[in-house]
Formats: sequence, structure tokens, C-alpha cells
Amino acid sequence: MELFLNTKINFMGVRRVAFAISLVMIGISIISIIAHGGVRLGVDFSGGILLQVQSEKPLPAQDIRATLEKMGMGDAEIQQFGHESESIIRIAQSKTTPELATNIVKALNADYPDNRTELRRQELVGPKVGAELRRTATLAILFALIGMLIYIWFRFEFMFGLGGVVALAHDVVITLGFLSLTNREITLTIIAALLTIVGYSINDTIVVYDRIRENRKKMYGKSLVDIVNVSVNETLSRTIVTGMSTIFVVTILYFMGGEVIRDFAFALLVGVLVGTYSSIYIATPLVVDWQLSLDARRRSALRAASGRP
Amino acid sequence: MTPKMRWQAILVIVVIGLCVWRASYTIRFLSLDDAEKAQMAPEQVAALASKSLPLGLDLRGGMHLVLEVDRSGLPADEAADAMDRALEVIRNRIDQFNVAEPSIQREGDNRIIVQLPGLQDEERAKGLIGKTALLEFVPVEGADQIDLVFRAVDRALMDTMAAHGELPPLPDAADPGYQAALLTREHPFSARARYLQQVPFFPEELVPWAQQQLARLDVDALLPRDPENPLVPRVRIGWSEETLTLEDGKPYRALYVLSKDPLMTGTMVATAEVRPGLDEDNPNAPGVSLRLNRQGGRLFADYTGDHIGEQLAIVLDSKVQSAPVIRDRIPAGTPASITGNFADEEARDLAIVLRAGKLPAPMTIEEERTVGPSLGRDSVAQGVRAMVVGFIAVVLFMVIYYKLSGALAIGALIANLFALVAIMSILPTDPKPALTLPGLAGIILTIGMAVDANVLIFERIKEELRNQKTIRAAIRDGYDRAFLTILDSNLTTLIAAAVLWKFGTGPVRGFAVTLSLGIIASMFTAIVATRVVYDFLTVHRNVKRLSI
Repeated sequence: MELFLNTKINFMGVRRVAFAISLVMIGISIISIIAHGGVRLGVDFSGGILLQVQSEKPLPAQDIRATLEKMGMGDAEIQQFGHESESIIRIAQSKTTPELATNIVKALNADYPDNRTELRRQELVGPKVGAELRRTATLAILFALIGMLIYIWFRFEFMFGLGGVVALAHDVVITLGFLSLTNREITLTIIAALLTIVGYSINDTIVVYDRIRENRKKMYGKSLVDIVNVSVNETLSRTIVTGMSTIFVVTILYFMGGEVIRDFAFALLVGVLVGTYSSIYIATPLVVDWQLSLDARRRSALRAASGRP
Repeated sequence: MTPKMRWQAILVIVVIGLCVWRASYTIRFLSLDDAEKAQMAPEQVAALASKSLPLGLDLRGGMHLVLEVDRSGLPADEAADAMDRALEVIRNRIDQFNVAEPSIQREGDNRIIVQLPGLQDEERAKGLIGKTALLEFVPVEGADQIDLVFRAVDRALMDTMAAHGELPPLPDAADPGYQAALLTREHPFSARARYLQQVPFFPEELVPWAQQQLARLDVDALLPRDPENPLVPRVRIGWSEETLTLEDGKPYRALYVLSKDPLMTGTMVATAEVRPGLDEDNPNAPGVSLRLNRQGGRLFADYTGDHIGEQLAIVLDSKVQSAPVIRDRIPAGTPASITGNFADEEARDLAIVLRAGKLPAPMTIEEERTVGPSLGRDSVAQGVRAMVVGFIAVVLFMVIYYKLSGALAIGALIANLFALVAIMSILPTDPKPALTLPGLAGIILTIGMAVDANVLIFERIKEELRNQKTIRAAIRDGYDRAFLTILDSNLTTLIAAAVLWKFGTGPVRGFAVTLSLGIIASMFTAIVATRVVYDFLTVHRNVKRLSI
């Protein structure tokens, strides 16, 4: 089957439009993050306690809140699924005691004795560990980006490395923006998703870069815009096939993987889409623009040196 | 067929065969349910488990604890080996607690990571591990001191309530409930307690409130002090471990005002054992019998002789276990006892911690991740279902798009999964890579991404075929040209995975391991193994048309 045989799409011709779209998406992301008072940190990073409880029968959130209020924790966040029989309770407290989770479950069972509630999962993160995890997560993303920059710099050219890394930062910011827009929390697994996106997106970018490197030799004398356009078109089929197969599984993971993994799958889904887009419309055009402006400057410098107007 | 191709074919068959053989252990082990495991001999199960890929705590259920040892209060010489002693003490305690394959590791300067897989009773385990087991015998202060403390707390509480606008309005003197209302207003703290033989008891439901108020008020600053030592309060507050049910049928908890200095601590305990019949009121309840050493016995005898009629509290980790009234001088050599409403195992745990020794420094639980076995099972079921459906989707897609070659890529993908499981099950045990929930997601993601290498190759072959090359040449050039691209793109993903591994903890590390092994395995299965099949087809079968 051939869906993308001999396509001649002028990707570089619309690069200004693509830049504008990306800037708008980044703008929306940043505004959403600011409007939400920063990215919404999960217990991993903010410290506090998260418990997932399951009851035999539906236990509405207001009933849970009533019990929590009696314990002086009325400001807890409650998120429910599975027809209100399963709930995630999040308490952001500077002082969480290790007994808190079991105490809450005991209190729920005392208040609603004919509806047995069971503790399914508990995550408690002290403020110190939370701060450390925040630091390491930020460092992890930074180091990943720097690692990519250095690798591409060695294998290609510095400009390609820079273009790739700018595209990655673009992917990360937009994914964070989507998470913020849908009011999802940043947890350790989300950081893992972000780094996977970084890996996937750069993978995609390198396939295109690789073809550009090859076609530069093959199409010697052609303009850079032409070379890049041909390269993107030649690799388009692969980009779409791999992208689709990845999106298939990530979508399935989102719908079938269960509640614990859903946000992770969501981040991957956004990231894979944005990452595929950015390889074609950001990483590559940036290199083209930089190269063109560099050439123009060189030419004018050359003209100035030779004394001609 | 050239000798090189023959060797390659043999290599591929042997490697994949080994992977399938090794992975079969994991498949067998994971498909056993509890009933089947119970039927097998324990050593048979253990042998199978050791050859299988272990499941992470988030999938099999269990507890992951990060404990921080607070060495700030220790003198330098003790601080130096405090970590080793703390590890030792925790190991001793866990050894006496029945958990399969516990892992206790030191991390950094002052952290200890404890992992208890398949744990049933997390509350008990936490109590056992986290207890400092600082046993103290502390004199209880008299009614005058209680009064002093409570008045101070009342006043401070009134002030804060007034500042927050929470203070109820002054009641009307004509109101019938005037006295009571005035009392609650002026004594917001002490009016909520009930007094039994001058000991204040708070209703259990108010205890968290009371603790919160006390924490908010910074009680230390309110406590009475000695003029000669104004920096440290003369007394401290301790809550009772047990609750008492009063005639209204509700549980109450006692609040004790204790002397700051203990009479003695657990270092003077020589032995500790569980004994029934220590409590006269409740002869069947188990208690812990302590034998003091010589010095302790003498001290105890002297003190009890001088303070007949006063209360002496037995305090464990700041909680008052009991506070008996001293009726007579207790001669040296008499065993002391700790009683309470212990269940058998609680008494046993207490004896364990007292025997295993107290922790050299207080420990706090900085991080805890507990997953109940039911959630773990659900996660596995959902993960496996997502994996199967995702796999089918990719199979359909590849076969429709690349026909027979797509089927070949799927074959490579299956081999890749076997290889992934096989490699993970033979990796060194420390740090043991386990299959975690993010790891499972990583495998599902690998299913989608691992076909990339084959997609790159197939697209290349198609291009070469379009350039009128022969099938053999197209395959050769397709593989050669795609190889560099695959290498470059996979190496960057490996960089991301390495960073994840370096900075991640627990489940996230499991994800990094599966992601990178999946990529490495795909380099073999997608490039080397599929090539062998193509070579076989083109050289031996002399295929004229490539189904791609």
C-alpha cells in the first residue's frame, strides 16, 4: 500500500504559518499555566498524601468530604471514577502523618458502616522529598535536552542540534500546556512521559535530518529549501506510518490502561502528535531559516570585503 | 547461501530460541494463580520466581518506604555510625516480621529505602519499622501543673480564635445556657475535656482537632518553665496510646502532662517478652514483660520508694502506654510490664522492637508508596488487555500496509517482546529491574515504536525498488541505508532513557529499563533477524516479487 507516493508538498513554503501556529499554541500553553497559578503539581512534587479508596457501593464525593471535614481536612481534593465507587483523595498538607491514610479509611468505614471501603493505594511524599523530586525532574529534562543537543551536534551540525532542541522544548511546553488546560497533575510518571516524548520527537527529527544530510550530497547545487522539501516528502511515509502505529497503541493505553496510567497516556498522545508535527514544521524549517540568514550575512560580508556595492 | 548468511541464520535462531526459552519461565510464573502456587512445592515456586521477571511493587502490591534518619541531635561519634546501626535495627525488626524478599537499602547520607512486596498489613509494618522504640519511664505531673498548662492553652486559643474571627459572641447572661456557653468561650480547650481522677480525657473525634490546635499554638512556648532554665519547658505533653470507653459509649483519649526528664530509658531494659496475665483487670490480654538491668532496677526501686501515691508513665515514642499509680516501693529485680489493649501481634511487635533495640536516632517516613494487591491485580489485567489490543491494532496496520513484509515485522516484534522479557529476567539482581506499571506502559509503547526500524527499512526498500533496482539489491541497499538512521534515532532515545534512569526512582526506573532494552532488542530483531528471512527468501526461493 502506498499512501504517500511521490508527494511534493511544499512544507518549507508554509513554515511562517507553522511558526505562527506554534507560537499561538505556546502562548495558549503559557497563559493556561499562568492562569492556573503554575503547573499543577502532584503529590510527588508538592508533598502531601494521595489515597485511592474503593467502596463496595457508590460513595459520593460529598459524603467523603463530610467525613474529611470532621477530621479537619475539608480542603482535600476528591476525584471519582467507576460510578463513584472509586475515589482518589489528595491532601496537600505540610504535616502529613504516616497514619493519616489508614485513619481516613477507618473514619470512612465508621461513618458508612454498611459500605465497606478499602485502601487501594497510598502515596505519601514529605516536603523535603517533594522539593528534591522537583529539582531532579527539572534537571532530568534539562539534561535530556542538553544530551540531545550534544549528540546531534556531533553527528550532524550544531545548527541541526539547536533546531532539534528548540523543537523539543516546543513539544514539552505544549504538552505541559495541554496538561494544564485539562487540569491534570504533573507527577513522576508524567515526567517519564515527557522524556519519552523528547526521545520520540528527536527520533522523528533525526530521520528527517538524516535524509537532508544524504540529499545534500545527492542534490548538490539545489537550493536548501528544495533539498529539505524533498527530504521531508521522502520520509513522510515513514513519519506517518510510525506515528500512526504509535498513536494507535497510546490511544488504546489511554482508554484501556486503567486510571493510574491514564494521564501518562494522555501526555504521550499529545506529545507524539506535537512531536511529529514539530519534526516537520519546527525542527527542520528553523535550520533552513538560520542557514539562509547565515548565507545572506556571508554574502553581504563577502560583498563588503570585495568592495563592491 | 553464503557461509556468512548461514551463520547469521543460525545466530538468529539460537538467540531467539534462547529468549523464548528464558521468557517461558516468566510467562509460566505470571500465569500461575495463588491456588496453583499453593499446590506446588515452595522450593519449586521459588525456583520459578528466581528465573522469572519480578513484578514491581505497584503491580504485585506492596510497600515502598523512604525513611530519613534525623542525626542532628546526635553527638559526632554516634552520628558517624548511626546509619549502620539504624539499618541493622530495621533489618532485625523486619527479619522477625514475616515478609518474603524484603529489600532494605541505604540511600545517600541519611536515607533508608525499605521495600516490602506483597505486604498484607501495611499499618503494622509501618509501626514496626518506623517506631523509634524509645522507651521512657516518666513521672506524671500533678493537677496544679495540668491546670497551668491548660489555662495557657485556653488563653492562647482564645487569642487565635479572636484573631481569626472564630470566637463565639459573648452569651447573654439571661440565657439559660449562659454558664456553659461562657465556659466554652473562655476555655475553648479545657472545656472540651472530661476529667477522671484529675486526668483530662478528650473524646476521640476531637483528638485530631486538639493536636492541631496544640501544633498551631506552638505549645512549647506556653508550657511552664523553671526560672533557672527558661529555654526548655519544665513539662511536656503526652497522649495515651489507648482509648477508654466512657459511659456514653464513646472512646476517649487521655492527655498527660509529663515531666520533661524521664526517670530512665529503654537502655536499661535487659530483656523483653510477651506474657499474658500482666494486667489485673484484663488477665487474658497479652502484655510485654521487661526485665531491667542492675542499674535500672536500683533506680526504679529508689524512685518508687520515694514517690508512693504518684503516677509514673511508661512512654513509648512519645505515646503514653500506661500510667500506673505507684502503690509501693518496687524492689530491684521485679519485672516491669507494659500493658494495654494489645492484640497478640501488637504485643509481639512491641517485644520485637524493644529487643531489637531502639533506633539510634528518630526516623521519619519521607516517602511512602503503598499499593494494595487488588489494585496491582487490576493494573496487570488492564495493562495486559491494553497490550493485547494494541498489539492486534499494530498487527492489522502493518499487515495491511506492508503485507507479507508487515507480517515479518510483526514476527520481529514478537521476538522483540520475548527478548525484552528474557533480558529483564536475567539482569543482575541489584538493582533488580522489575516490571512496573510504567514499565508495562513502556512495553505497550515499544510495540508501537519498535516497528519504526522496520518501517524505515521497508520504506527504503520501496524507494530502491522504485529506482529499478533488483529485489536483492533493493533489500541490501535498503538495509544499509536505513541502518545509520536507525542507529542515530535509537541512540537519542537511549539518551533520554539513560537520563530517566539516572534521575528516576522506583517505577520510573522500571520504565527506563524497559524502554531502553526494548530499543536495543529491536535493533537485533528488526534489523538482523528480518534480514535473514529476506536473504533466505531471495537467495533460496528466488522470489520475484516482494510483498511489501
